[in-house]
Amino acid sequence: MNVYLLSLLVFSPLLGIVMVAVMPKTEERTIKQFGFFGTLPPLVISFFLFAQYYSGVALSSFDIKVNWIRFGNLSMYDPNLFAVNFELGLDGLSLVFLLLTTIISSLAALASTNIKHNWKGYYLLFFILEIGMLGVFTAENLILFFIFFEMTLIPTFFLIGKWGYFEKEKASYQFLIYNGIGSAILLVVILILFARTGTTNIAALMQMMTMGGVSLFAPISDSMKYGLCLALLIAFGIKLPVFPFHSWMVRVHAEAPLSIVMIHAGVLLKIGAYGIIRFGMGIFPDQYQSLASIIVTLGVISLLYGAFLALVQTDFKLVLAYSSVSHMGIVLMGLGALNEAGMQGAIFQVISHGLIAGLLFFLVALLYERTGTTALTKLGGLAKTMPIFSGLLLAGGMASLGLPGMSGFISEFMVFLGLFKSQPVLAAIGALGLILTAVYVLRAILMMTFGKDNSLIEQKRYDLKGVELVPTAVLLGLIIAIGVYPNLLGKPLQGTIDAIMLAVGGR
Amino acid sequence: MKMDWNTMLSYNWGAMMPEFIILGTAMSLSILDLFWPKHFNRRKLAWLAVTGIILAFLSLISLFSFETVSILSDTFRLDTFAKAFKLILLFGAGLIILLAESYEPKEGMKEYRGEFYYLFLAALLGAMIMTSSGDLITLFVGLELLSLSSYILVGIRKHNRKSNEASMKYVINGGISTAITLFGMSYLYGVTGSVNLGEMSRTMAGMTDGQLLYITGLAFFMVFVGLSFKLAAAPFHMWAPDVYEGAPMPVAAFLSVISKTAGFVILLRIFLSLFLTAPGDTIGALDFFEKNDGYISFVAGMTIIIGNVIALRQRNLKRLFAYSSIAHAGYLLVAVTTLGGGYFLMDTMWFYLLSYLLMNLGAFAIIQVLSSQSGSEDISILAGLGKTSPFLAIAFTVYILSLAGIPGTAGFIGKLNIFLGAFITEPGHYVLAGIMIAATIVSYVYYFGLLVQVYFRPVHSDKLIKVRLGLSLVIMVCIGGTILFGVAPNLAFDFLHNHFGDFKDFISSG
Repeated sequence: MNVYLLSLLVFSPLLGIVMVAVMPKTEERTIKQFGFFGTLPPLVISFFLFAQYYSGVALSSFDIKVNWIRFGNLSMYDPNLFAVNFELGLDGLSLVFLLLTTIISSLAALASTNIKHNWKGYYLLFFILEIGMLGVFTAENLILFFIFFEMTLIPTFFLIGKWGYFEKEKASYQFLIYNGIGSAILLVVILILFARTGTTNIAALMQMMTMGGVSLFAPISDSMKYGLCLALLIAFGIKLPVFPFHSWMVRVHAEAPLSIVMIHAGVLLKIGAYGIIRFGMGIFPDQYQSLASIIVTLGVISLLYGAFLALVQTDFKLVLAYSSVSHMGIVLMGLGALNEAGMQGAIFQVISHGLIAGLLFFLVALLYERTGTTALTKLGGLAKTMPIFSGLLLAGGMASLGLPGMSGFISEFMVFLGLFKSQPVLAAIGALGLILTAVYVLRAILMMTFGKDNSLIEQKRYDLKGVELVPTAVLLGLIIAIGVYPNLLGKPLQGTIDAIMLAVGGR
Repeated sequence: MKMDWNTMLSYNWGAMMPEFIILGTAMSLSILDLFWPKHFNRRKLAWLAVTGIILAFLSLISLFSFETVSILSDTFRLDTFAKAFKLILLFGAGLIILLAESYEPKEGMKEYRGEFYYLFLAALLGAMIMTSSGDLITLFVGLELLSLSSYILVGIRKHNRKSNEASMKYVINGGISTAITLFGMSYLYGVTGSVNLGEMSRTMAGMTDGQLLYITGLAFFMVFVGLSFKLAAAPFHMWAPDVYEGAPMPVAAFLSVISKTAGFVILLRIFLSLFLTAPGDTIGALDFFEKNDGYISFVAGMTIIIGNVIALRQRNLKRLFAYSSIAHAGYLLVAVTTLGGGYFLMDTMWFYLLSYLLMNLGAFAIIQVLSSQSGSEDISILAGLGKTSPFLAIAFTVYILSLAGIPGTAGFIGKLNIFLGAFITEPGHYVLAGIMIAATIVSYVYYFGLLVQVYFRPVHSDKLIKVRLGLSLVIMVCIGGTILFGVAPNLAFDFLHNHFGDFKDFISSG
């Protein structure tokens, strides 16, 4: 049973695909219900895995490995040479990301109720996207990782292009080309590693690259290692996105349907961070170490740049988009700190931003449904007409700016703790960003909730009700839970962090 | 060698069974076409042609157990290479006949439909002879049989102006390229004194005279240029878009799949058996291929760039696919340049040609359905397909994703193989691989542009789309194959390794 659980998890959205596919396309209500129910199996399985982990079952007992493809006719030399297995595995890091994925996906499916047309196609693509995300975090070799990675790309292209807002096609093309370039670079790195070593298994590669003296199929010189590490960082940097590569992400946040933005900001961007941790640090620890100060610098730039731009935006979606750039900067700073606190903070930040972005974009989706606008200048006085909504928005904003007792505080605190140890100057500059964050978050929220009430007549400003409160409550609960009891995340992560810190030579 | 009756009888003619079957089918089709009354619908002849191809396919499979057979003093060889590539040729030809059966343009096909089938089989026969020949003369005869038949096929709609223009362009360009190839071959004969590839290879391996090597280089260059026309590799690709546009749909499909496969077959036959063993300089420090693969890689790079970049601006679907097929020829040339890193060449070529056949024929089939319904070949005929016919739309999406090299499809695995070959060599072919990957991103723009038409644009015409049996068969086979070989490519690889091993008997020993 244990062996098949992971495959079951990854492919469980197929059930939803079947359920939605057999429905006639006019049955809006049923399709939307099935669309939500389809996200429940992965949610249940991932929580089951989490419970198993807490009851002491070793995560490696869930690993599965099946022979899949063998390139070239070389099996007489070594049966594993140029073989790609279908192998899924789990460790603390991927478990945490899996939970994030399944939670955000279910909530995004709930938020998809405001999709106006072609519900069937929408949910089919949605489930394919979820399979891709689940696969990315469990893949044990690079080829499989890449396949799932691309599997998130294509559905997202269509989801943005068909169900988005006014400039949706431009946004979807920009998404496709930027991410296409990122994945092309990633593919080159993966294939160079594959061609030179004859394997794509992550564990095997970590061993080959970090310990000398392992015979390779063809040599990899030191300068090539630098090149590969840098290319990996660029590939995942585009995904994350890091400062010079962020323009596509802002556009996607502005134009994509809001339920997809929830997934995009909540999970898809995080693949970048996951990739840097898993592959950048894992496979090229020495090279990564010497690039660390560049990484931190880029992180600081992203943090400040995103914060400054968020300060002047007049559309709440764009404020959130730039705040994502800024928060991802904090992740990079943590990853570049090269010590346990920084690393832990970075992963906490990834998860916490996933939850916070999920919450805020869910609220934006509700707001847009009611008022038809997200422009700060057209909103105002929401506190009077929608008090619960305004309260939740404020809570989300507080979490985003790192109020103690919420997850944002823990992560930012740990990142700076780590960074002040290794790069005090950059950390001091970065700390300015925290002030800016408070300013832009409060500015935007105050403009919306208080400010002048210039509501238009057609706006239907009724407050949150019934089922709409569930996702917000879940997300806010998790944000506070992590804030109050960080060990909830800390425990599963510890093992992975220790292993990577050992390789990077953490201080 | 003196030929007498007994030696003739002693040959293992069974090895030529597939060729005989195709020849017989072609002959009987031509006789039937000649004598059957005019009012009889020639469309039914397609099924006879398909039967012939299936029989040839089966007889080819029954030949798998044969060791390498060589008859007629090595002019005809049934080695693993021949078996493997004939499989692709016959498979593709069968699908294209089904396309042709369903092909119904507004004018010009009805009168000559009978002719179409037997000319098509003659072209196929030419391609098959090329895969099997161990001799420059038969290689050339096969090439000419293929080329001459396809010149006529392109112009088979005699009263269509575009078809005529295309045919004329093709004859002239093809004639020039054949002349250049033959000129190069004549130098090779002059240098080695033989036309048998095996003997030539041995003579060339021992060559130390600088003058002779120089002439060999010249011969290599000319043969390559001539064959580049056939492959539609840049800068000799100019004919392809015009010819594809003018040719009837099944013929365009034939040119982009069978003719291209045959082009790569002859390229591999000549290059691998002759130039791989030849020395590159008088002291033997370099071998010939190392010295000259720069030319191939230049052409490969050019082809990839030109094919993909010009495809961006195309509105006519056939022209767009012409450029896309040029680009794919470029990808395959990368594999030829790198020789698959020494381990993957045959796997790569075979698998890529197979997956290209599946995805390209599938896409052509759907374009044929839409263009014969609307009478137009503009990109806008795809508009709204996602609404009017979701199944065709999904099939088309799979083919396009595969052509773009997205994981989960056969096209991705094919590209993976090519990259592996490029990176495993020392030093790796990073520039060429870089060009290829960058061009792949460029190709996303026009491939996804097609999908944008299918899903995002309002419906073009809401007439019900009728798909004939033959066509739906092609579409099903292609979609099944594209996904199957994308998800479980080992089916193909294991088949290849189990039956053909490392293609060790490629170069003749006799």
